[in-house]
Amino acid sequence: MFSRDAWKEIFETIQKNKLRTFLSGFTVAIGIFIFVVLYGFGNGLTNTFAKFFGDDATNVFFIFPGRTSVPYSGYKANRQIEFDNDDLADIEKNFAMFVDYITPRISRNGLVKYKNESNNYGNMGVAPSHQYSEKTIMMKGRYINDQDLKDKTKYAVIGRLVERDLFKDEDALGKYIDIGGSSFKVIGVFQDDGGDNEERKIYIPYTTRQLIEKNTDKIDQMVLGFKPQIGYSGAMSLERSLEKYLKSKKFINPNDENGIFIRNIADQLKQNQQLASVLQLIVSFVAFGTIIAGIIGISNIMVFVVKERTKELGIRKALGATPKSVISTILLESIFITTISGFIGMLLGTVLLNAMGDTLEDYFITDPYIDTGIAVFATILLIICGALAGYVPARKAAKIKPIVALRDE
Amino acid sequence: MIEIKDLHKSYKMGNNSLHVLKGINFNVKEGELVAIMGSSGSGKSTLLNILGMLDVLDEGSYTLDGVPIVDLNETKAAKYRNKFLGFIFQSFNLINYKSAAENVALPLYYQGVGRKERQEKALKYLEQVGLKQWAGHLPSELSGGQKQRVAIARALAAEPKVLMADEPTGALDSKTSYEVMDLIQKINDAGNTILIVTHEPDIADMCKRIVHLKDGVIVEDKIVDQVRASQYV
Repeated sequence: MFSRDAWKEIFETIQKNKLRTFLSGFTVAIGIFIFVVLYGFGNGLTNTFAKFFGDDATNVFFIFPGRTSVPYSGYKANRQIEFDNDDLADIEKNFAMFVDYITPRISRNGLVKYKNESNNYGNMGVAPSHQYSEKTIMMKGRYINDQDLKDKTKYAVIGRLVERDLFKDEDALGKYIDIGGSSFKVIGVFQDDGGDNEERKIYIPYTTRQLIEKNTDKIDQMVLGFKPQIGYSGAMSLERSLEKYLKSKKFINPNDENGIFIRNIADQLKQNQQLASVLQLIVSFVAFGTIIAGIIGISNIMVFVVKERTKELGIRKALGATPKSVISTILLESIFITTISGFIGMLLGTVLLNAMGDTLEDYFITDPYIDTGIAVFATILLIICGALAGYVPARKAAKIKPIVALRDE
Repeated sequence: MIEIKDLHKSYKMGNNSLHVLKGINFNVKEGELVAIMGSSGSGKSTLLNILGMLDVLDEGSYTLDGVPIVDLNETKAAKYRNKFLGFIFQSFNLINYKSAAENVALPLYYQGVGRKERQEKALKYLEQVGLKQWAGHLPSELSGGQKQRVAIARALAAEPKVLMADEPTGALDSKTSYEVMDLIQKINDAGNTILIVTHEPDIADMCKRIVHLKDGVIVEDKIVDQVRASQYV
């Protein structure tokens, strides 16, 4: 069955029946190709989701003040809630078991000038631990520290793109920039994986910001990093008790949805990951549909091939071909073609995925790839199904009496 | 060489069964050139198919070169065909994507003969039928007579005990028919046993013995004076 002669016979048959070879090969190659590409896109989609939420810490709550919607304990509805420095301290004290760090955020927007260059940037009054929640990476210099908070220093940490825009080729460290009319010394330059907007920001000590604004103690919002060990359920219960605590502290009706907002990244991340995996599931389903279509295609072609060869097989049988040799001729031929073209399709698909890389990032597909194991499995599945699909008509053909096959139409 | 005793064969056609061969007794000795004649429906092709192990008999016995042909399964039939028989068909039945030489070499492939020897033998038999220079051509590049001669070379290549020809000249004009018959006569002269099914009397007259079939029985079996085809070529 695997003699050199048998293979030579098969090669000759393949060479001399180019259309047939092409048709069956093409079906298999295109099936595998589409499978690989679709599956790769699915993985690319998952990558995008991972990347979206990968740049910020995931053990973080964002706490925003809102306006009350119902009157409560003597206060009217539609009251603006505000946070101040006491709230920071109280949370840190009361939830010390769970809280890793807490930092305020006071966001302002304004013109920033250096020499003749100026531009509008968002600046943010923060505490040192804000570096962890944003996963800010220092390129040079340092981040804001506790001493800066205490001394209310006019120090600024600027983003990579701010430095590029304002300083061109100059080194920004130690230079003074004008932020909304006050002069700040640049003590650090950072980068951030979250994209260009993240790198067009300026961080200053929040105490400095409060000093500039008439020595207020108000803060815009709070970012709370909880200890990762408390896990997903711990985070959810922390969120609930935190909300309850703040509502009672600020005299908000416990059922009022609008007084305080807590955005829980862990919860969002989980939902998004679920969405991504559902998408991946759908894409995989479509991809396997392609494989099924490929199997049906190759089966059809095998039936057609055997039908077309009935007379030839009759001749071969009259010349002394045994049923076994008839079946093995057809099967080996089909396995050979599907194997070669299957791996060609797989290779082309993989090469295409690699070549695309980041070009489809705008369509939420990042670094599409396919596990070699899955690609090989799909290819082998198609080969086996092609062989099975060929076996049934081949066995039938081998059973046909030569006189029937040779009868002149 | 061939011994047939009390051969019966019927085909099922729906609910009816069609009794095609109704008790045939028939012997062929080595070196004979026998024409089997009869009108269509007389059972001559069925007889040849059974002799050629392309079909199985219902009743009776068949012995070929001292080997009783019984319990034929497909594999066994294929081996016997390969070893004992060479076929020549009306429509040539060459494999259209194989060259003349490859067609001739095919039965040798199924005999398990090595590649080199196959090629040598194929060329030898093509030379014998006068087509050596056409060895590399595809059947579509050959005339009808040439195709039939390739088919004869193929039948000879396996060095069979008996050659069976089913209307070998049926698709050829008379001049080409005589050329083919001339070739068949020469092969017979060399000692090969040949059976020819035909309905053309002039072709039958070129054999050494004529068997007439009618309605499934042999009505006449006579030795004739062979007309040499070479005089018409």
